[in-house]
Amino acid sequence: MVELTLPKNSKMTEGKVWPKPAGATNLREFRIYRWNPDDGANPRIDTFYVDVDDCGPMVLDGLIYIKNRIDPTLAFRRSCREGICGSCAMNIDGTNTLACTKGMADVTAGAVKIYPLPHMSVVKDIIPDLTNFYAQHRSIEPWLKTTTPAPQTEWLQSHADREKLDGLYECILCACCSTSCPSYWWNGDRYLGPAALLQAYRWLIDSRDEATGDRLDNLEDPFRLYRCHTIMNCAKACPKGLNPAKAIAEIKMMMVERRV
Amino acid sequence: MKADIRTPLGRVRGLGSARDGTGHFWRQRLTAASNVPLLLYFVVFLISVQGTGHAGLVAALQNPLNAIAMLLVVISAVVHMRIGMQVIIEDYVHAEGLKILLLMGNTFFAVFVGLALVFSILKIGFGG
Repeated sequence: MVELTLPKNSKMTEGKVWPKPAGATNLREFRIYRWNPDDGANPRIDTFYVDVDDCGPMVLDGLIYIKNRIDPTLAFRRSCREGICGSCAMNIDGTNTLACTKGMADVTAGAVKIYPLPHMSVVKDIIPDLTNFYAQHRSIEPWLKTTTPAPQTEWLQSHADREKLDGLYECILCACCSTSCPSYWWNGDRYLGPAALLQAYRWLIDSRDEATGDRLDNLEDPFRLYRCHTIMNCAKACPKGLNPAKAIAEIKMMMVERRV
Repeated sequence: MKADIRTPLGRVRGLGSARDGTGHFWRQRLTAASNVPLLLYFVVFLISVQGTGHAGLVAALQNPLNAIAMLLVVISAVVHMRIGMQVIIEDYVHAEGLKILLLMGNTFFAVFVGLALVFSILKIGFGG
């Protein structure tokens, strides 16, 4: 649903300014979105100061520093700290990206501003609710589907056909792309979004898959697929450098191809 | 999100795929392509009849080639306009009742404008 202003209970207020670490000379300011489902209060923006000399270089290092040294109640997801799990996706300095691969030094102007991924329900602080996002991924049935009985050895695939999966299989489902897409903001209940559609295309062009037609049937819908208007925010946001917009355009080409 | 005890997958699958939308997508691209030469023609036509007055414009439109080209301009542009507006309504209007009303209004408007223009061109073309 289009919402140009925040609902009353989502309006942000100025939060707490946490004390600077004692004895630190090289400080970096962090402005972080805080919201606690239990206290009934509106979200607030807290200010923290990170001792850069006593902390790793990435934004995630800063968040871990804050959680360990300043406020243990700060809630965020993180796991691999090397850009392969997709857990620490958040909006940093106005862009959806992974906190673990974004350097503090890359945020050049002023404080490091951190918000949850846009237009998602918030669980707590910078943790978004990705239930719907995961269900959308599940709905495109992201696994090999065949009718032919499985061979005794592997399903064979030529090198050329395998190469078609490059630029698609690398997706880590961090949701940076889908949550940067205005169509997904307004119609996220019906539009599958760039991440799920990129995965859909990954299975559509897999030469071993035998359900291509069924997959296309399942996607051919004014909302599921055709809400993409190719504004490319997804490709710009993707921290893995993938291009979901191109994958979606390829799906549309397949749709046209099978009827002309 | 509203309280909903359906499973997330059940919600996402919803009413299922409409198995439709590609015709719409293709028509939008087709009319976009046809609009390029047709609207260029339209601009050239407007410049060429400039200063010739009412009689000059009528005479130009009574040339069958001009009349046919102008009919194509109108049909292509109106079809494209209707599809584009429908996309905008579907993007931004989510109240089902209002959405249906606006989609109907959009179609009625496009059909009326298109027919009025076609009628006018034919009337002039046939010397009315």
